Amino acid sequence: MSQYAQSSDAAALVSTSPPRRARRKFNVMSIVGTTPMILTAVGVFVICIIFSFIWSFTNSKLFPNFNFVGMDQYNRLWASDRWRISVGNVFLFGVCSLVANMVFGYLLAVFMDQRIKQEDLFRSIFLYPFAMSLVVTGLVWQWMFDPNLGIQSAVRQLGWTDFQFAPLTNQATAIYGVVLGGVWNGVGVTMAILLAGLRGVDAEIWKAAKIDGIPAWRTYLFIVLPMMKGALLTAFILQCTGVVRVFDIVIAMTQGGPGVATQMPAIYVIQHITDRVNVGQGMAAACTMLLPVLAVIVLQGVLQWNAKRKKEKAI
Amino acid sequence: MKKFAVVAAMATALLGSTAVHAADVEVIHWWTSGGEQAAVSVFAREFDALGEDKWVDTAIAGGENARAATLQRILGGDAPGAAQFNPGRQYEELISGGMLLDLTPLAEKEGWADFIRPASISEACLVDGHWWCVPVNIHSWNWAWASMPAFEKAGVELPTSFDDFLTKAPKLKEAGVIPFAIGGESWQINGAFGVIQTAMLGLADREKILKDKDLELAKSKMADVFTKFREFKQFSDEGSANRNWNDTTNLVVTDQAAMQIMGDWARGEFGVAGEVAGTDYACLALPVEHPTVSTGGDIFLFPKQSDPAVEEAQLKMASMMVNPQVQALFNNAKGSMPIRDDVDMSLADDCMKKGLEIIKDPANIAVDAGRWLSNDTTGQMNDLVAQFWADDSMTVDAAVEQYVNILQTAE
Repeated sequence: MSQYAQSSDAAALVSTSPPRRARRKFNVMSIVGTTPMILTAVGVFVICIIFSFIWSFTNSKLFPNFNFVGMDQYNRLWASDRWRISVGNVFLFGVCSLVANMVFGYLLAVFMDQRIKQEDLFRSIFLYPFAMSLVVTGLVWQWMFDPNLGIQSAVRQLGWTDFQFAPLTNQATAIYGVVLGGVWNGVGVTMAILLAGLRGVDAEIWKAAKIDGIPAWRTYLFIVLPMMKGALLTAFILQCTGVVRVFDIVIAMTQGGPGVATQMPAIYVIQHITDRVNVGQGMAAACTMLLPVLAVIVLQGVLQWNAKRKKEKAI
Repeated sequence: MKKFAVVAAMATALLGSTAVHAADVEVIHWWTSGGEQAAVSVFAREFDALGEDKWVDTAIAGGENARAATLQRILGGDAPGAAQFNPGRQYEELISGGMLLDLTPLAEKEGWADFIRPASISEACLVDGHWWCVPVNIHSWNWAWASMPAFEKAGVELPTSFDDFLTKAPKLKEAGVIPFAIGGESWQINGAFGVIQTAMLGLADREKILKDKDLELAKSKMADVFTKFREFKQFSDEGSANRNWNDTTNLVVTDQAAMQIMGDWARGEFGVAGEVAGTDYACLALPVEHPTVSTGGDIFLFPKQSDPAVEEAQLKMASMMVNPQVQALFNNAKGSMPIRDDVDMSLADDCMKKGLEIIKDPANIAVDAGRWLSNDTTGQMNDLVAQFWADDSMTVDAAVEQYVNILQTAE
């Protein structure tokens, strides 16, 4: 879209007698049109982040103030068991749910790619969880995992009386219960993206692979998969954003428990800004959450800049 | 033309509302369980009956969530007409920030200071000579709710102390009853912990630790409390993780569990289920050897409004809440004790009478810890106690060390 706008602009510049008024109108309109977005972006992302950063060095309670206390909030943050557990959890949750989502998403996509009957129906079924709020998803899974109501009691009533399956009640396994709920919710959309990627691969490739006698599973794994980088990256990034802001599903399933075993950084931030009325501490946690994201952005920038330089050198 | 008419109609409607007329007062509270709803509808009914003004109910499940919503809306300039808080330090910055309606003229006219008792309840609202909120009830955490059929089934008597309970608990377990019902939310766990702490330390030492932040005393005494608390865990059920307090109470109501340590709001649940104190369930004021009452409860504060009609309605609501008749009806439904002595208590059940008897002697009053500790500090303690409860690998020493650390950094 932006490429198109640029090229038409360039064409207008080159032409000998440009329709002046029309061009000006276009520019003004584009500026007017994008102003709200620019303002929002600067206002929300830049200014708010700057203020969050400043307040993280103050002892702000309910009302933000400017009584600076140095690194106190950060010291308290990292001295807190709950925060350290939260950070560990978000990484564990992230790795587990990313891997599970990508693997099962791809397997489902391959399954859907087998020209099966009722493909539309199955696609809807797999995509449906994504259309549901994570709170609903979380509650349903919580009930299923509840030892007195859910799967465990159902199986026990069938006769296996010492059957045990209640991941959320044990603090060592609770986080995996949450991962399961999250994957169930997100795997459909990964499948849909990867299926689109699969369908985008040229049919000639498949014919060539068949002629060479390569089995289908190898074609899927070693030929087609590397060709759909775009779809993989899209699905991956979509899942990543979900991981960083994971909040609602944990609240619905465990409220961070048992104990503090499934706490997440986002819950820590929200709880301190709101009910615990300690804005300074909440901001310190929020700024700490921002660090890994910034690191990724900087890394990406450096890599891009490097690639560009190499390209220029090659020319 | 049609548009103009609509605009004109809207304008007159707006103008009309600035004159003193009927007003809608939005009330944010977290009373969502059966007994709680029965109680809050007493307020709503009585307020609507006063005149044209309307009670607009905004119930938000969970105290933390409701308070957060109220604070955010006040800061965002869209303050509700009234909001529930717990007495203590949850709203101190709203007072110092000048965001609340000053109720002093009304309070002086009606003489609130003369009939609201005990002092620890009125002090929550009476700050520097001004009334900033209305206490509506006294809730005590120091209760245990026992199912009498469950104890009969196991063939044991009601416990006479915590240690006695721990010796009887195995028999209850053998009889297929959950001996100790507790919900896994951190505030529930910390609440039960606080009751056991009060029982083991006594009121004087408890005050020294929580109010005066006596770190040495905390170091020497808290280890026993944590050790004892852990003994209760083996008698809880595995479904406790993430269970609501009222679902937990329901286990006692239905005789699946023997005992729950929970504030007296639990009594509302027994009432809704049609249970009778003394035959279906027993209320044990804790510690059984020397019963105390803690003075928690609920207050309503009234954020400042720009519309004088709403302000007038707010004052009416405040006056209604302390009315002796309303106090009797409300507290009976809620399970709490009224904030004044002169209410008609002919409807009161045994448990409330028991509580009122205890509260007569100021020496039996355990001041609610929320009066001394900020939300932030209470939250840290919730986290610690919940973690200790869930994580068997956490040692008592480590827990005590963290507990002392929280006290040390508390403001």
